[in-house]
Amino acid sequence: MTSSNLVYFVALPLFSSALLMLLGRKADKWGHVFATLVSASTFFIGVFEFLAMRDRAVEMRAVTQKLFTWISVGDFQVDAALLLDQLSISFVLLITGVGTLIHVYSITYMSHDRDRRRFFAYLNFFIASMLLLVLGDSYLNLYVGWEGVGLASYLLIGFWNQKPEYATAAKKAFVMNRVGDFGLSIAIMIAFATFGSVSFAGIEEKVGGASETALTAMGLMLLLAATGKSAQFPLQAWLGDAMAGPTPVSALIHAATMVTAGVYLITRSNFVFDAAPNAQLAVVIIGVITLLFGAIIGTAKDDIKKALAASTMSQIGYMILATGFGPAGYAFAIMHLLTHGFFKAGMFLGAGSVMHGMSDEVNMRRYGGLAKFMPITTITFGLGYLAIIGVPPFAGYYSKDKIIETAFNAGGLQGIIFGGAALLGAIITAFYMTRVMLLTFFGNKRWADDAHPHESPFLMWAPMAVLAVGSVASGYLLYSGKAFVTWLAPVVDKHKHEHVEFLPPIVVSILAVTAVVIGVSIALLKYRGEQASEAPSDVNIFTRAARRDLLQDDANEFMFMRPGQKLTSALLATDEKVIDGTVRGVGATMLGSARGMRKLQSGYVRNYALLILIGALLILGTIWVVTL
Amino acid sequence: MTLTIIGALPLFGALLIALLGNSQKENIKKLALLTTALTFAATVVAALNFEIDRPGFQFVEKYSWIPPLGVNFQVGVDGISLILILLSTILVPVVILAGWNESEGGRFSVKTFYILMLVLETMMIGVFAATDVFLFYIFFEAMLVPVYFLIGGYGSGARQAAAVKFLLYSLFGGLLMLASIIGLYVISSNQIGRTFDIEALQTLKIDSLTENLLFLGFFIAFAIKAPLWPLHTWLPDAAKSATPGTSILLLGVLDKVGTFGMIRYGVELFPNASKTFTPLIITLAVISIIYGAILAIGQKDIESLIAFTSISHFGFITMGIFAMTTHGNSGATLYMLNHGFSTAALFMTAGWMISRRGSSTIADFGGLQRVTPILAWSFFIAGLSSLALPGLSSFVSEFLVLVGTYTRYPVAAIIGTIGIILAALYILIPVQKALHGPTTPGNENLPDLNKREIIAIAPIIALIIGLGFYPKPALDVINPAAKATITKAGFTDPAPVVKGGDK
Repeated sequence: MTSSNLVYFVALPLFSSALLMLLGRKADKWGHVFATLVSASTFFIGVFEFLAMRDRAVEMRAVTQKLFTWISVGDFQVDAALLLDQLSISFVLLITGVGTLIHVYSITYMSHDRDRRRFFAYLNFFIASMLLLVLGDSYLNLYVGWEGVGLASYLLIGFWNQKPEYATAAKKAFVMNRVGDFGLSIAIMIAFATFGSVSFAGIEEKVGGASETALTAMGLMLLLAATGKSAQFPLQAWLGDAMAGPTPVSALIHAATMVTAGVYLITRSNFVFDAAPNAQLAVVIIGVITLLFGAIIGTAKDDIKKALAASTMSQIGYMILATGFGPAGYAFAIMHLLTHGFFKAGMFLGAGSVMHGMSDEVNMRRYGGLAKFMPITTITFGLGYLAIIGVPPFAGYYSKDKIIETAFNAGGLQGIIFGGAALLGAIITAFYMTRVMLLTFFGNKRWADDAHPHESPFLMWAPMAVLAVGSVASGYLLYSGKAFVTWLAPVVDKHKHEHVEFLPPIVVSILAVTAVVIGVSIALLKYRGEQASEAPSDVNIFTRAARRDLLQDDANEFMFMRPGQKLTSALLATDEKVIDGTVRGVGATMLGSARGMRKLQSGYVRNYALLILIGALLILGTIWVVTL
Repeated sequence: MTLTIIGALPLFGALLIALLGNSQKENIKKLALLTTALTFAATVVAALNFEIDRPGFQFVEKYSWIPPLGVNFQVGVDGISLILILLSTILVPVVILAGWNESEGGRFSVKTFYILMLVLETMMIGVFAATDVFLFYIFFEAMLVPVYFLIGGYGSGARQAAAVKFLLYSLFGGLLMLASIIGLYVISSNQIGRTFDIEALQTLKIDSLTENLLFLGFFIAFAIKAPLWPLHTWLPDAAKSATPGTSILLLGVLDKVGTFGMIRYGVELFPNASKTFTPLIITLAVISIIYGAILAIGQKDIESLIAFTSISHFGFITMGIFAMTTHGNSGATLYMLNHGFSTAALFMTAGWMISRRGSSTIADFGGLQRVTPILAWSFFIAGLSSLALPGLSSFVSEFLVLVGTYTRYPVAAIIGTIGIILAALYILIPVQKALHGPTTPGNENLPDLNKREIIAIAPIIALIIGLGFYPKPALDVINPAAKATITKAGFTDPAPVVKGGDK
């Protein structure tokens, strides 16, 4: 089926963004309102399309829209075309819904910034790119959105790029993402060489004829792309620094939507991964490593945003882990992605609200006892907290529980390792999130005397409240009656796989809740009562490593940056001395010894060369005249 | 007559300027702008009349020139040369408008500057339009003269040394090419009668040793022009010393004569030799991609940096040409066009930064985004185009080159793809140093772009964005020619591994 509405998803926010950039300061007065209305309109189109889709028969649900032929050379044919199916509509609603809430929030949050209009222009550019990413019907269309969100992320991380370290953070994010893009590029090349097509439908149709080697290679390259965008091991190091961006950006781009694009990519490529078990195993391993990696870093961070960023990394690790289990896991990965979109965005906005009330202080050691001053923020953040650690019946309980269950269902030793790791992650998550709660909202007050914590205005807490409702209810709504699993099945589970059960679901649920209790208890023991306003310095080597992000930057510096710099300076010297030197030497020899060299600089040789040229032209002229 | 008229227009303008007095600077500039704008308009009109699906050369003209030698004044265009003539004729007026004052303060007069520039434009049109090898050679060599004086007479720093280096390199290449042309002439005399007609020469039967030697003569000349590692060291010096306008024409158009030549006088004329040398050339191309990018990362001077990025880009173009697939070839030609735009935009904005600050050292800038937002954004978009951001024009060409190479030489394509990571570094490092961070003392009051400058850069940025989303107009023109090239070279595109289905 075709639809003519899909183009508006991309066109409206894109043009509004361009307009706000081109009009410049003239649009300062109304730019934020305009951008918010445009974002809201994409949400309404999304709702409209969702309702229409729901009313159609299952096999009629996906709609497409071909805009124009984008690239056409020989048999390399790529249309600019959009595809809205059960998977992409889930993202569309998340992106435009959370996106619009964050627009509303930002109106107040950014009201004192001289460049608020530019901020909203970037936001809408992001919305357009992100929607293109999830709506593109081929890998190449996806790629445009993929890099578009990367650019938006770069611009927004560096929104206050007058601070050199913020500018550096922006650059770091873009470059690390480009490493992932290397993978995406290669994956597309493999797809074209193997299938002669780069569209999802074109590849899926022929996937049965491809060798497992080709599919494994393509899967691994897609995984590399996903690790870059979704801050997964080994390309995770940019996410913490990305917190340099304004907090609403952290909520929208670096928690709820963009960083989950890797999960989308793998889920969208299900037909590749399902036929490449080795690539799937790699996906699972990356997921497990990252979910523990992020969680461990999360325990050591005192910067509230960096603690939440580490948590994001870890939660996306859960999602990646789930996608690695194929049709058994895709729906749960996306389910966790959606619930995470609610509770993590809500908590980031909560963090922004706290910063707003605390003169942009981010160190949790300087918070304490804020619940009294910020009751609404405390409640909305608290609901998000209950959701992320997985307390029933809050949203995260359903989605995470299902992922742990799926991990155990892998069976055998693998199942025990993966399921055990996911459970361990749940313990650590409960620990570090409880720590964040206690340090921020409870305990003794540790802020300076000139701080005046206060609740944020309505336009800020209203979006937080809406997200809090999502943190409470979204899990059950998606879970009950297998609503979401059934909804997504036509995209990711066409062949109706039988899912084996390794452990009865009730056992897994009990284990998961026990994990939460353990994690919360440890945190309560450690962080109840008075806390110092400085981080203790006499800590063991593990804590120190976790504070340094488990040495991720040191490793990158050691393995890539330093050798890269050495290589660059070595090549610079080679170019000057060896290559240019050889040429100069040869030139000098040809022009007669080293004196020629000196003459070259003094200018005689220039005349000499000119003479050669004039001579040649004269001869040519003579030939011409003679033969007239 | 179409091509002759287009080619003669700038020459005519140069004559008119020669009649003006030295002191009428503004009139000289306006006349130069008017002439080149007219030339561009004429080219567009011609392009609209170009029949996309007709094989072979169009707008063909042929006049006997030196009958005893079989030399003809013979011109015509196919899709590839038409695109390059369009690129040349749009860049010249843009360059004149952008660098309105760069002709002043040189060793020669303002008048001479514009005469040189207009003469150069005629040569550029001629070199792409020529379908007679001898005529091509004449334009190829004669082009050096105006460029030599433009660099040596109006540049900065060690401009004379740079101009000489450029000249010596080019003369060396030209000499080898001349030898090959003579060889070709001897063979044609024996086989089909004396002729330099490119299409006739394609039918020659040449034994493989001779063909290899003749090919090398041409190829080395072209590898110097579109500098391929290790023949590149003249370019950064020239780009650094020349005025920004000259650099744009040097990197944007003149260097394309090299990559254009590789197609027309390499692959098409010597298909077997091209095949023999492909492994070597692809290797050099891959080295250029990575080497140029790494050296660009290490540059402290903004103009040298752009020059090194171009060496990397020429690596991509060369790789696309010798991948011998339609995607690679179309991509390479489109790359030539897009590289012209992105490099022009980079040099224009860099030139404006340099003339405002009086320095070309990247570290001397800083925080420009706050001080001169329009200039900063222009530089940034040009940079994004240079790093081939999807949605901008260079992405389409770069990806076509990569995909076209991958189907035949996967390893080369994969190594070449590393270039996209390095590209992010060589663009974002100067962006951070020059545009971000606190404003460097002394830069607080730099003026933003004026109307003239905005008018100069706007069309280029519009093309960069427009051709990114809708490259069809350019690809429609290029595709048939690229396909013809691959057919002449005796190749067909590798079929997908998985057969079946019609999609």
